[in-house]
Amino acid sequence: MSAESKSEVTGFLGWVDKRFPIMDVWNDHLAKYYAPKNMGFWSFFGSLAITVLVIQIVTGIWLAMSYKPSAADAFASVEYIMRDVDWGWLIRYMHSTGASFFFIVIYLHMFRGLMWGSYRKPRELLWMIGMVLYLAMMATAFFGYLLPWGQMSYWGAQVIVNLFAAVPNIGPDLSVWVRGDYVISDATLNRFFAFHFLLPFLIAGLVFLHIVALHRVGSSNPDGIEIKENKDENGIPRDGIPFHPYYTVKDVAGVIVFLALFAAVIFFWPDFGGIFLEPPNFQPADPLKTPAHIAPVWYFTPYYAMLRAVPPIAGSQFPGVVVMFAAILFFFFLPWLDRSPVKSIRYKGPIFRGFLAAFVVSFVVLAYLGLMPASDLYTLLARIFTIVYFAFFILMPIYSSIDKTKPVPERVTT
Amino acid sequence: MLVAATSVLGAVGAGFAAVPFIASMNPSAKARAAGAPVEADVSKLEPGALLRVKWRGQPIWIVHRTPEMVANLPKNDPKLTDPASEASIQPDYCKNPTRAIKDQYFVVIGICTHLGCSPTYRPEIAPDDLGKGWLGGWFCPCHGSKFDLAGRVINGSPAPTNLVIPKYTYLTDTTILVGEDGGAA
Repeated sequence: MSAESKSEVTGFLGWVDKRFPIMDVWNDHLAKYYAPKNMGFWSFFGSLAITVLVIQIVTGIWLAMSYKPSAADAFASVEYIMRDVDWGWLIRYMHSTGASFFFIVIYLHMFRGLMWGSYRKPRELLWMIGMVLYLAMMATAFFGYLLPWGQMSYWGAQVIVNLFAAVPNIGPDLSVWVRGDYVISDATLNRFFAFHFLLPFLIAGLVFLHIVALHRVGSSNPDGIEIKENKDENGIPRDGIPFHPYYTVKDVAGVIVFLALFAAVIFFWPDFGGIFLEPPNFQPADPLKTPAHIAPVWYFTPYYAMLRAVPPIAGSQFPGVVVMFAAILFFFFLPWLDRSPVKSIRYKGPIFRGFLAAFVVSFVVLAYLGLMPASDLYTLLARIFTIVYFAFFILMPIYSSIDKTKPVPERVTT
Repeated sequence: MLVAATSVLGAVGAGFAAVPFIASMNPSAKARAAGAPVEADVSKLEPGALLRVKWRGQPIWIVHRTPEMVANLPKNDPKLTDPASEASIQPDYCKNPTRAIKDQYFVVIGICTHLGCSPTYRPEIAPDDLGKGWLGGWFCPCHGSKFDLAGRVINGSPAPTNLVIPKYTYLTDTTILVGEDGGAA
């Protein structure tokens, strides 16, 4: 035997294990993957994100069985799903509510990363794969929002695709290429459907890479201590506990609570007061008439508010587009912007905490402003909070290095 | 050497193979052919009213401007980004103070030059939400751009240039053909 398994198993499992390293995978990633014993509430959101991804893929495939991606039929086919397909309403609401819950979960997952310093060495690559995932998720959500072919779908896509037209020189041709027509049309809808179907599988692949990278460096924790640096005589981290059964049981409990909340929204408040499903989207797309007030879905509005906040410079809208994308791009550089000697917020000083709080407030305020119609006061507020948002990143090398820190203990605290 | 040559050739081959996939996303021959001109009859258009027609999938507005509306246009000049439409797109025969062939009928593409929303027609004078200086025009609900009744953008709007005027021509006194001007430009 050349490839000897580390585990002794017999019977059918043994037969499989001789041909596929099933026990190694089980042990390396579950039964003998040691996670810090102090991961609390904030560690729920990774497994919840996977849960929602699965929900979105399954409901999405079932919706595709009844949906028609054509400008003439799309809106009616969604109504057909809602009214005539048995249980279609449930599958559709699971999918539409799932999109918003996905972003809620991901934003909390990212906030956890900011608090624990999960982006710091050695987790830079893990963090960056996560950011690529975030971008892929936003692209998927954007493509998907056109599919119901309502007024908000249509005009939202019109505005976002026109962002490409703001690129100097090649812009107008680029936006035509993206649309496949001179306006948002049947061709656009058809290709957006193809991309909306494709991207979730790429996301699933990226999630796999995300977990491979995570299990290479080990899970982070609220103390920001590397548990691998303190191992007992058997090579097991003293502060680690096996992921299975401890965290699998904990995560299952989290999933149950999550699904209860999810079900409550699906059954009692699927449009969430016009935030998850916007009222203009209950009217079919009309290329001749923009609704009185258009706004993207809530998870894009912080960036949308920034786009609106930047005035045109030299007759070009391009600076606003650059600011909007820079707002996302800055996340990628976090591992190198943070110069604090400690990872976790627990041991960071008041300046970092203040900046993080200001950042969260600016994100929430910008999200609100992006949902509201443009007015002079709101534009001014959006400008101020855009500056606050960027200050968090740009000033980080300075404030994180001068900030007071508390001593980090040897072992994790509980 | 052999590995490098193979890699380069492979990359070139992959580049060529990508061409049909990228090109297939351009507008199809059918979409390119769909830009036929459209006719609009304005004989029944009331003074002050706006008519929408569809050309190349875009809204085209035709407004019957009253003499008062035309007379008010120069009053906006100090507030405008591009009062003489130097940096804006229009046929040469519309590059005049009223941006029209005939002052009373204003023809324009109803798409904001900012990010492509279709602005709302607000012909009334000085409504509460648009302020005392408002002499009628369009307000874009998406990002708050304002245009006067000649589609000229008002200072401080996110839109960089005036609304675009399409090629058009009068077939009769009250019939407008949008999308073609018989080579007048």
